Amino acid sequence: MTTDHPRVLALGEYRPSRSVPNAELPAELEPDDAWIRERTGIAALRIAGDDETVVSMAGAASAKALATAGVDPADVDLVILASCTMPTQVPGGAARVARLAGAVTAGAFDINAACAGFCYGLSLAADAVRSGSARHVVVVGAEKLSDWTDWTDRRTAILFADGAGAAVVGGAAKPGIGPVIWGSDGRMAELIEIPLGGKLQMDGQAVFRWATTALADVARRACTAAGIPTEALAAVVPHQANLRIITALARQIGAANAVVADDIVDAGNTSSASVPLALSRLIADGRVRSGDPVLLLGFGAGLTWAGQVIEVP
Amino acid sequence: MTDNDILAAFADIVYEVARIDASIVTPEKRFVDDFDIDSLSMVEIATAAEDKFGVSIPDSALSDLKTVGDAVAFIAKAGVAA
Repeated sequence: MTTDHPRVLALGEYRPSRSVPNAELPAELEPDDAWIRERTGIAALRIAGDDETVVSMAGAASAKALATAGVDPADVDLVILASCTMPTQVPGGAARVARLAGAVTAGAFDINAACAGFCYGLSLAADAVRSGSARHVVVVGAEKLSDWTDWTDRRTAILFADGAGAAVVGGAAKPGIGPVIWGSDGRMAELIEIPLGGKLQMDGQAVFRWATTALADVARRACTAAGIPTEALAAVVPHQANLRIITALARQIGAANAVVADDIVDAGNTSSASVPLALSRLIADGRVRSGDPVLLLGFGAGLTWAGQVIEVP
Repeated sequence: MTDNDILAAFADIVYEVARIDASIVTPEKRFVDDFDIDSLSMVEIATAAEDKFGVSIPDSALSDLKTVGDAVAFIAKAGVAA
């Protein structure tokens, strides 16, 4: 039996212990719970404390994913950290994440494809397993957006949150990760950015327009590449940017029988962590079952996007 | 396409996006004050109108479209130009 088909073996998550309901956001934002819920779907944000860093959260999520998969950390050959909110540039975070996960000398590197980062990393992980470069790969999306949030800007501060979600990819007899459809458009780089020395800024209206007009095609192409009709999807797990984007996307794709991930409601927008966190939640809640085909779709700053169909571990 | 044709088709879009009964989508109505339509719903209406009428309604123009009549006039003008 060959075992060189890449497959997600398990997921792991880390959610900061502090939950901040809309009404408890800083007073200068004049938080209005009903207004925020209507426009974003968000009821509360998970905000990390001082002792919860990108690396520590990623390490915890990775260790959980390995434990759930029953994979010995010594059998991990590669750790990929997707993050756009590392507090410093050097060293990258992946080697410390590998250490925390017990995969002390595994290959390790960081990628920054913003909110699409996890889906990019998952594709790289699948390629590494398929080619034989790695027996097992941990790919983890982790963000501490609260460090980069402009807490005086009510258009963005109500959205962004913290957390980490990890997946273990390994070889199996049956393929479980479909071809990735990815791309970018640097012409719209300024729509979401952290300027030098500044805080996160976003042209929400323009991003909303892009997300609700351009991404359904990416989703459909990912399904076609995997040979899965959209009506056969058990779940749609888009980046948890805004519930209205998520709802519009699901409607446009025509995934009539799919559960639509809504982790954003009490997790907020956690950028690269949002896709694995949302999928992990669907599994934990029993809303998807092992073997179900689900569409993952990351999209965000860059602009970047990446989507693939995987089978639920 | 007459302005009345545009209005009728536009009212259908407003209903699809915001569930505002098409019969009350009349030219003098204000999107924000009368229908409580927010900026994201305006984007959805604009992109649906772009598809339906074959015109371009950039974000920069959206903030000037205060009333249903403003939108109908914009679409009529953009359609003639196109």
